[in-house]
Amino acid sequence: MTLDATSLVSVENVWYGYDPARPVLRDVSLQVPRGKVVGIMGQSGCGKTTLLRMIGAAMTPSRGRLEVLGVDTRSLGRDGLYAMRRKLGMLFQFGALFTDMTVYDNVAFPLREHTDLPEVMVRDLVLLKLEAVGLRGAAQLMPSELSGGMARRVALARAIALDPQLMLYDEPFTGLDPISFGVISRLVRSLNDALGATSIIVTHDVQETLGVVDYVYFMSDGQVVSQGTPEEVGVSVEPFVDQFVHGKADGPVPFHYPGTRFEADLGVGAR
Amino acid sequence: MAGAAVRGLFERLGAAVTARVWRLGFASRFLVYLFLHSGTALQRFGLTIREIYFAGVLSLVIILVSGLFVGMVLGLQGYHTLQRYGSSEALGILVALSLVRELGPVVAGLLFASRAGSAITAEIGLMKATEQIAAMEMMAVDPIARVVAPRFWGGVISMPILAALFSAMGIYGGYLVGVKLIGVDEGAFWSQMQAAVDVREDVLNGVIKSFVFGIAVSWIAVFEGYDAPPTAEGVSGATTRTVVTSSLAILALDFMLTALMFTGGNGL
Repeated sequence: MTLDATSLVSVENVWYGYDPARPVLRDVSLQVPRGKVVGIMGQSGCGKTTLLRMIGAAMTPSRGRLEVLGVDTRSLGRDGLYAMRRKLGMLFQFGALFTDMTVYDNVAFPLREHTDLPEVMVRDLVLLKLEAVGLRGAAQLMPSELSGGMARRVALARAIALDPQLMLYDEPFTGLDPISFGVISRLVRSLNDALGATSIIVTHDVQETLGVVDYVYFMSDGQVVSQGTPEEVGVSVEPFVDQFVHGKADGPVPFHYPGTRFEADLGVGAR
Repeated sequence: MAGAAVRGLFERLGAAVTARVWRLGFASRFLVYLFLHSGTALQRFGLTIREIYFAGVLSLVIILVSGLFVGMVLGLQGYHTLQRYGSSEALGILVALSLVRELGPVVAGLLFASRAGSAITAEIGLMKATEQIAAMEMMAVDPIARVVAPRFWGGVISMPILAALFSAMGIYGGYLVGVKLIGVDEGAFWSQMQAAVDVREDVLNGVIKSFVFGIAVSWIAVFEGYDAPPTAEGVSGATTRTVVTSSLAILALDFMLTALMFTGGNGL
């Protein structure tokens, strides 16, 4: 896979910090080519969710350049931002369904808010989207009646309601049973290809993600430390990739949190 | 040493005051933004009607029952005081003026803050904690226009109606105790009330009070919910703050409004 000017998302030397003294993102650069499914992986707290939210223009870089769908997100006013977001779909970690609405109304929500379609057409579109995720029969259930996997699928149907150009997935596999896991990962791939969309998955679930993505970036401590196709990553001998992909307890990411010497804490050995 | 301690005390005091002033400023900007983005709530009035149902209609039971009992207590206490001076026929005036001018707006406001204000804060706070607000933002829907404004206007519209119903129910409670139970003359009860209660001076001022309380409680409730930290403790703390701050705001505003309305504006 080549990374070139057809990128839908372009991140160049981006820095960001809630506290300027402790940056969460440090000089991050990556490209997301049109039509591809790209994974961003790393351990908890490495800055990958912050980067995803920045791509969704929920926050802007302190330094660097970030272009989404060909637009510099920092140049956008409120109207421009909302116009851009209508072309995005985002699946949140636990679905974020509106708990006071049925499954049907959740999926219909973006259609009703952003289009003047007659209700009969909204109904057809909602049923199409629900059919795509296999939950047409659950249209009248409330979110509280759904399992975690079903809620994630309904949220996916809602996210694709307006046929987005770019799909953002924030930890889509967290807390799912193996069957739901397989269903969601297949849907990510098939919906991306069927819609002609581009997808970014932020996750720390290694093996399942490598089966879905075209390309993967590894992040650690706010930086991109490695990248490659799933095949390249699978045979990589880079210490971080090797530790992360094979789940080794110790390595570049140390098992022990930095502290004083253990002997000193116990008061034994040389003083 | 003593100098450093005093300095530390002043620094902490200054930081606390600055934080509160900053938050008040933030809440004021939030209110201005809310007003500017109320178009959706008013154009799609069904959204606001739904919130009037949740904030207003579902508060009816507690408002009506409380109003009845407050009126009954007023009837009892008022009668025992007035009869010492041989003026028990003035019971209607006492009950009506107490309710319309003060107790109706204030007690209904306090009940509204506890029943509906806390629910609004908890709902918006939980929507934030479960990323529903963030999801709405990502769907290019402004949550202040779609979620906050209908709840705010629902509260503002409900509050005067609830206060009026509280007062009406209270007057009926006073009538039950004073006329039906104790035996005050029915004609005197109603006619003295009719003669002494002025529509503009008393009733309208009571309505204005309840409208102001409605704005205050709804503003505090939606702001606390929207500003709540997205955790269980955060939502719990915000809900408590809504009830406490709203109650204090109602009592303070009531004093100020009473001073302006019923003393000719000179505070005497």
